[in-house]
Amino acid sequence: MARALINLPRTARRGEVIEIRTLIQHVMETGYRPRADGSVAPRDIITHFTCLYNNEEVFSVELAPAIAANPFLSFSLVTAESGILAFTWTGDNGFEQTETRSLTVT
Amino acid sequence: MSSLSLSRSRIERRALGAGLLAVVLARPARAERPGLREAVLGFTGGAEPVEGGVALDIPPLVENGNTVPVTIAVESAMTETEHVRRIALFNERNPQPHVITARLGPRAGRARLSTRMRLATSQRLVAVAEMSDGSFRSASAEVIVTLAACVEG
Repeated sequence: MARALINLPRTARRGEVIEIRTLIQHVMETGYRPRADGSVAPRDIITHFTCLYNNEEVFSVELAPAIAANPFLSFSLVTAESGILAFTWTGDNGFEQTETRSLTVT
Repeated sequence: MSSLSLSRSRIERRALGAGLLAVVLARPARAERPGLREAVLGFTGGAEPVEGGVALDIPPLVENGNTVPVTIAVESAMTETEHVRRIALFNERNPQPHVITARLGPRAGRARLSTRMRLATSQRLVAVAEMSDGSFRSASAEVIVTLAACVEG
């Protein structure tokens, strides 16, 4: 499991726009970098990220090798009801990781 | 007779000067790599995006191209009827033109996205946003990179 950091408020008022920041540990090998023996290191990146809010997709991105190692993403969403936020990263070589956080809406 | 030939040579000289000036003016400030334009048009489905309404925030002078913070913000009310559907970022001189493509909707509240990217060299970046009415808006930024990504690994 790669280390993932997710920063969001624990509680929020209904209808408030909250900012979410995520960072996951990943090399994001571009597939263009030569190794010491002259061969090119194969591509190994995170290609997709999605954020589900009570099983409804609110934000998703496709990433290219041009994203820096340990991809950082910051986005926002409107709170509606208390529930679970699920963050999923998928990538090359079968990489998949899901993290969940609960959000209390008052 | 001599005055006629003099005026004619003067006219020719002027025409030549004007021609040279036209060549200099007609040449674009910087030739756009075909990959960037194709990638933008591939995203918009052939439509030409309109400049404006998008803020592309990136440092103009980058010391380390391995991790460059970049923020894209689109002016939009983000309601059911008027919101941003997709935001994409393209580059000019990395090995691939794509950087990031985001899908969002009214539940995002704000059309704003931040990440950190790699830059192989000094180049131009273009951010394009697809609005809910099907129109496309764009913004571009020039970046100077002193230490490139992909060199030291």
